[in-house]
This record gives sequence, C-alpha cells and structure tokens, in this order.
Amino acid sequence: MSKSPHIPLQKQAMEAARGVFLWLDDRLKITNLWEHTGGHMIPKSSASWFYVFGSATLLCLILQLVTGTLLAFVYVPSGAEAYSTLEYLTYEQPLGWFLRGMHYWGSEFMVTIMFLHMTQVFLFGAYKYPREITWISGCLLMLITLGLAFTGQVMRFDSDAYWGLGIGAAIVGRVPFFGEQLVHLMLGGPIIASETLSRFFAIHVFILPGSILALVALHLRMVLTKGINEYPKPGHVVVKETYEKEYAAIIKKEGIPFAPHGIGKDLFAAAIVIGGILFFTAFFGPKGPSAPPFPAITDVVPRPDFFFMWIFAVAALMPDWMETFGLLAVPPVVILVLFALPFFNGTGEKHFSRRPVAVIVVLLVYTAFGVLTYLGITSPWSPEMRAWSADITPSSRVLGRSPLELQGLIVLQNKQCRNCHAIEDIGGKRGPDLADVGMRLTAPQLARQVIQGGGNMPAYGKNLSPYQVDALVAYLSSMVPPGRKPARDSTVPSYPAPETALRGSQ
Amino acid sequence: MEDPKNNDGKPCPCAGDAAESGNKASRRDFLLKLGVGLNVVAGGLVAVPILGYALNSFAEKPDLQWIDLGPIDQFGEKTTRLAVYDNPLKRSWDGATAEIPCYVRRTTGEDFTVFAINCTHLGCPVRWFEESRLFMCPCHGGAYYEDGSHASGPPPRGLYTYEHKIATGRLLIKGGILPTLANPNV
Repeated sequence: MSKSPHIPLQKQAMEAARGVFLWLDDRLKITNLWEHTGGHMIPKSSASWFYVFGSATLLCLILQLVTGTLLAFVYVPSGAEAYSTLEYLTYEQPLGWFLRGMHYWGSEFMVTIMFLHMTQVFLFGAYKYPREITWISGCLLMLITLGLAFTGQVMRFDSDAYWGLGIGAAIVGRVPFFGEQLVHLMLGGPIIASETLSRFFAIHVFILPGSILALVALHLRMVLTKGINEYPKPGHVVVKETYEKEYAAIIKKEGIPFAPHGIGKDLFAAAIVIGGILFFTAFFGPKGPSAPPFPAITDVVPRPDFFFMWIFAVAALMPDWMETFGLLAVPPVVILVLFALPFFNGTGEKHFSRRPVAVIVVLLVYTAFGVLTYLGITSPWSPEMRAWSADITPSSRVLGRSPLELQGLIVLQNKQCRNCHAIEDIGGKRGPDLADVGMRLTAPQLARQVIQGGGNMPAYGKNLSPYQVDALVAYLSSMVPPGRKPARDSTVPSYPAPETALRGSQ
Repeated sequence: MEDPKNNDGKPCPCAGDAAESGNKASRRDFLLKLGVGLNVVAGGLVAVPILGYALNSFAEKPDLQWIDLGPIDQFGEKTTRLAVYDNPLKRSWDGATAEIPCYVRRTTGEDFTVFAINCTHLGCPVRWFEESRLFMCPCHGGAYYEDGSHASGPPPRGLYTYEHKIATGRLLIKGGILPTLANPNV
C-alpha cells in the first residue's frame, strides 16, 4: 500500500501529543517555568569553559545522592555492624565495591570541583555587587560539603574513622568553659561508641544533605534573580548605581537562553566528570576500609582523607603556643572574612589582571594547600613505628667497625633510635639523619645529647647503662662519610699543631 | 471614588472587607494575633522535648563506677603493659568499640599508674616501647617518658591518668570517658 494512510495517523498522533502537552502546560505552566529557569537569558560571554564548574559540582552532588542512597540499602550504622557491612559491600555484594568507589571518588571530585568553582568565582569578581547572597550561599555550601566529607569519612567506620573522631573530640575539648560538654554532645555520650556513629550517620544522610539541597535552591534562585556574572573585561568597573542597568543592556544586546544555547560546555564538562569518576573507580576502587575500628588495636597510624591532610599537617607544625588559638579561633575568622568579602570588596574591577591582591591570595592558598598536603602525606614529624625492627642498616655502616662500635649499633637499633633517626634516609625523619653525625658532633657532645636529650629529643640517661652509652657514642662517632673529617672540639688546638705545621713548611 | 484594586484589576477583597465592617476586620486581626501567639507557645512546647533529646549528652554527667582490671599479680613490677576494659556505659550494639585500652604501669609493690591511651595533643593512640621506655604517638610525633611526662613533640601536657585503687588484690580504675584537655581526669 501507499504511504498516504500513515501520514494522517502520524499527524493524529502528533496532534494528540500536542493536546496532552497543552493540557499539562495549562495546568502546570511548564513553558512559563522553563522560560524562567533552564531557558533564562545569560550573557553570551558567560557561556565559557570557565563557567562549567558550578554545574559540574551540582552534578557531583546528584551522583552522591544516588550512590549514597544505594549504599544505605546495605550499610548498618552500628558500632558492632558497620565494619562488617563495609566488608560485605566491598567484597560480597555484587557491584558494592563499585558503588562504594563511586561515592568515594564522587566526593573527591565534588570537593575539588567545588574549590575550582570558588576560585573561578573569586578571580572573575562574580561575588561583587549585586551577587552577595549568591556568594554567601556558596560559602555555606562549601562548609556543608566539607562537613559531608568529614562525616562521610566517619561512615567508613575503620580505625582511621575511629581515631579521626578522637582527633575531632580533642580539638573540641580545647574549647574553653564548655569543652567537656561539647565533646559529649559531639560523641553522643562520654566516649566514642555506637551512638557516635549513629549521630554522624544522621548528620551525613539527613541533616547535611537536606541543608545542602535547600541552599542549592537558594544559590540557583540567586543565579536566576541577579543573573550569572558576565565575563569580566579589564577596566570595566562595577558601580552600584549603574551596574544593574549595564547588565540588563548586556542581556538585551547579546543574551542567549542558557538552555539550549549556553549549556553545551556544561554538558561536555558533565560527561568528563562522570567519565572521571567511573575511571578512578574502575582503576583504583573504593578507599578502605583499613583496620577495624577497635580502640584496643594500637598498631595503627591514623591519617585523614586527602582534603583534611593539610589540617593534619598544620596541627603538627604550628608552634605549641598558638595551637588552641589556631585550631579554634582562626577557622571562624577565615569564614567570617569569606562571608564579608562582597561587602568590603563589592565594587570596582572584576578582571583578575587588575586585581593583583586577589591573584596573590589564590596563589598563596594553593601553594600552602599543596605544600601542607605533601607534608601531611609524608609526615616527616611522625616516628616510624617499625623502623627499629624492620629497617635495614646499609652494609657500609657495618663493615670494618670495631666490636664496641657494633655493640653501639645494636643499642641504636634496640632502643628504637631508628624510629626517629634515619641512616642514609632509611628510618624515621623526625630527627636528623645519623649517616654523618660523627662529622657534626664530637664524642662528648654525642654523649650529652643521648643522656640529656634536648632539641625535641627525649633524654635517654635513665634508660641506658654507661656501657651502652659508650658503645653508642663509639658507633655514632664512626659515622663520618669517606673523605670527610670527624667533628672536633673548637677549644682544643687544631692538628697538626702550629709548630708542626711550621716545621713542615721549612 | 474608585475602588482599590489589585494589579490584575480585580477588586481587593481585604479593602472591601474593611469598608464593609470594622468588626470583621478586628476579628481577623484578633485571630491572627491569637494564631501567632498560640504557635509561639506550641513551638516552645515542641522545643522542650526536641532540644532535651538532642542536647541530652551535652547536659548529662556520666556516673562513673569502679572497673576491675584484674588481679595486680598480672602486672609485673617495673613494667608497663596494655590492659583492656569494657566501657561500663556500653550498649549491646557497641561491638568492639566498647573495649577500651589503657596502659598500666607498676613500679614497685602497690605503686600503680594507669594511663589513657589518648595522646594529649590530638587524641591519637600512643604506643608503648618497652626498650626505649617511651610512649610514641603515630600522628604528630609526640613522645612521653615511662612516667607519662612529656618527652618531646607538640603535646601540651603529660599523658592523662585514670583514678585507680587496689582492693582485695585487684586493680580498679574509674573509666568510660574519653579524656580531653577539657576533662583530663578520666
């Protein structure tokens, strides 16, 4: 038969679909909603690769909600059960490992992209007039996201999570007057127990996600009411009296609807983010769980997740006198400054080429974050707990030594000196490397240092017999690299003695 | 005179009402005030159980009991060793998180010191090294001598100690609280 009978049928179907849509649109006002949301007008210049980080962060949030809900199908937030359900999820539940991995890598992506978004917003002056609330709601979203990252680390209820709670409690315990009560409030009781985990679970899956959704709504609402920031131009300053008129003129002159004309780069970025999360999950899998969360297992080295490593490093490196102040007073001050930023810096230049202070701040923050994270990962200030029993001694440090010196080496090894002192880079990094210590300290200085300690070294006087000290000092004095001279006392005349030298020259 | 109108041109009902009768307006006004007032009271009443429940651990002071760590003979003289006790306030679903470690040091006779495992810097578990007679922390490099005093690193004080006593040849401690700088005497 010919095609002709089909065409009216298709047309009929189209008409029917159109009728249904019009009916729905009349009731729900979909077209109107679309024009004011997805289809809102944005400056053409804002459809830029630099503007994709916000939507990419939102995408990560949606993925986290999906994977998190699915993990909650299996996970049991109880002190007795959480660890076994994590193991079940990781090793037995079909694709459980993949969902755990997606949730873990999703969180890493979300925090990373969120900070890229924040950096871009800061460098492009998007926080300036009239977008103060957009910025402040974004700062709150950042705090909640970090809260989700911290509480999520507790959900992975292993030894890192357990001692991470201990570190949190120790910080809260430094609060004056109410420290003890606040610790008990945080832990849901006087000690880390199941109620602590339940509490953090409720915060992680109800309180923070609920708050983040409400704030995302506010954040997006602000994007719609005050518009997305136009791509800044050097020399173009924000003046409160004229800005909104200028912005309206830009929209009128070169406005495009966000969807479909401005969304292409966001969609491309979204695909890359999803691909990235899938890639990292498939190749690296989920993180942990490490050792079970049993406090009685003392053979643990607690470390926070990547994004809190810099705080871990700061806690090790701050001078003692500023510790409580640094842990309790500095974060609120930094947060207040962030919140206040659009009010004390709300007008003027937006383009980063005219804002050297802003650029320096960003460079400093990123450098500090990078350096502190590196230090946190390597933790040179931590003793290596197994160095004394497991680390080897290079053969050049054994061969040709006298029996007394070899006894000293045994003392060095048995008294755990290696936990803090490396030999040729093998061992702990807390104290100086001993490979050339004989070049730096004389025998009496070595004996004094060992017996009395000092300079952040414990005193071993009570713990070593005089014979052990003798042997240890003999060994350490032999630690002089070939071709170098041993340390000598500057109050003793140098050798050869002057008269000898004189005779030699005659 | 023109009727007051809304933006869409329809007569404004409230303005019409006010013109119609002062009585009705004042009744609405009264109902509004009564409604707000009642809800303030209701909100207050709801807040009592909610805050009481949520902040209960803020206000509650745990009542500590003596915990038996076993006969003193199991702790040799001049030694320090790890001991584990069951958190007296434990719940049945606490699992192994209720098994709390501590270090018992016996010098001579009945001279004991019981240390909490938590570093006084930021709470990590310190490890006892018999050979060098030091407690070392794996987090930020704090170290303590065998008597618990500060040896090196960032800790602001020596190790936390438990209140203890010896009764009928057994060592008893008061435990069950996470020691922090705010509450150093566990």
